[in-house]
Amino acid sequence: MRYAMAIDTKKCVGCSDCVVACQIENDVPHGFCRDWIVEKVVGTYPELSMEIRSERCNHCENAPCVRCCPTGASYIAEGGVVLVEAAKCIGCGACIESCPYDARYSHPDGHVDKCTFCIHRVREGLEPSCVSVCPTKCMYFGDLDDPSSEISVLLKKREYKVLAPEAGTKPHVYYLI
Amino acid sequence: MQEEFITSGRNIPHIDPTLNVWHFSIPVYLFLGGLAAGILFFAALYSILKKENELPTAVKWSTFLVPFILVIGLFALFIDLKNQWNFWKLYTTFRIESPMSWGAWVLMAITPLSFIWAASYLKELIPGWNWKLGFLDKAEEWVIKHRRKFAWVIICLAVLLGIYTGILLSAFNARPLWNTAILGPLFLVSGLSTGAAVIMWMSNNHKEQHLFGRIDLLLICIELFLITHLFMGFLSGPEVQLDAAQLFLTGKFSLPFWIGVVAIGLVIPMILEIVRMRGSKISAGWPAMLILIGGFLLRFLIVEGGELTGYIY
Repeated sequence: MRYAMAIDTKKCVGCSDCVVACQIENDVPHGFCRDWIVEKVVGTYPELSMEIRSERCNHCENAPCVRCCPTGASYIAEGGVVLVEAAKCIGCGACIESCPYDARYSHPDGHVDKCTFCIHRVREGLEPSCVSVCPTKCMYFGDLDDPSSEISVLLKKREYKVLAPEAGTKPHVYYLI
Repeated sequence: MQEEFITSGRNIPHIDPTLNVWHFSIPVYLFLGGLAAGILFFAALYSILKKENELPTAVKWSTFLVPFILVIGLFALFIDLKNQWNFWKLYTTFRIESPMSWGAWVLMAITPLSFIWAASYLKELIPGWNWKLGFLDKAEEWVIKHRRKFAWVIICLAVLLGIYTGILLSAFNARPLWNTAILGPLFLVSGLSTGAAVIMWMSNNHKEQHLFGRIDLLLICIELFLITHLFMGFLSGPEVQLDAAQLFLTGKFSLPFWIGVVAIGLVIPMILEIVRMRGSKISAGWPAMLILIGGFLLRFLIVEGGELTGYIY
């Protein structure tokens, strides 16, 4: 099993529903967020093109945050999902420094916090909250090891990219372009 | 033109607009850790070489500073933790891939050893010293008998401590400024140089001062060589490292780095050392103080600058 997410940048309108859904579902403290929207604008007026991406933890296969964690609080759970065990976290900040995507932050309670792919929902057979609320249905979540899953089929059919592949982290959030 | 914006209003403390997770206390610790490593390295080295009596400051007197330096350094690390009362979880595991785990264990070993090393010279250096507890007298006797073995363990741990302060940063591939193998040796050499500077400053023995002045001169030359290599590596590296180097070559860190670290912290003390060697009466305190300021500034600028470098946006 290898959980992954694909986000169709051609369908995303940047409405931030995924951001709000995550904040409510995961009780994210005020002023923080586990996912966010990035708009990339290329060109000079009137020749402009725009790409909109919903970004979050990439649940990397070669996760630098897990490697540098001195207590083992950051770990790779089932399906390759990168999680933080708050009770083991000393709040040293090494994982925040090690993440090329700036996907982690210090929770006001002291431990580090980040996207969990809503593993508590996935374990119950539900989709992550961001995926479930997307009004344009531009987000896909599934198992890459299953060749017939929607996400595997999409990644075979469509052109895609990952963020900062040169950082060598093997991210598992794909952007369909 | 190409621009990327976060449009969902992200403004997370210490992450946005630029990463600022590690503050003043991290460079303070990296400096004190390197300094402690430097002093202990020379103490153990000259103890192994049986030079206790020729070099009493290096082997004996200067080591009384080390427990204080390490305790202040550990306190600086402790206050930087966000979940402070979980710190003991560092010692429930050993993570071979995490430099911070290595560092935690090295500190766990070297801190008590630094107390023991200094304590074992108390009776010799302070006339009339009395432990007043019988078992401490026996422990002291045992330590003095096995001092050579202690020295070998301390010299290994001191090198580990000195090099780990650099590797801690270089293991973060997300920060292009830190992600270079030069940082480990650079911080080790800088730590040894600050240690030698303190010994030179404390010593009132002309021969010892002269020796540590020469050692510092050599270490400063190695440091200048490593800094040159650091930037050569960046400038022939990928775009993110070119950008990182520009912070220090034309960007906002260039003035404090080239004036503060290279000129004031390395070149001027080097000149002062050479002048002193030729018989000038300049106090050893001047080059030593400049070396210490440069050593701290180097770590401060590398930590602060590294947090500004990254892969995205």
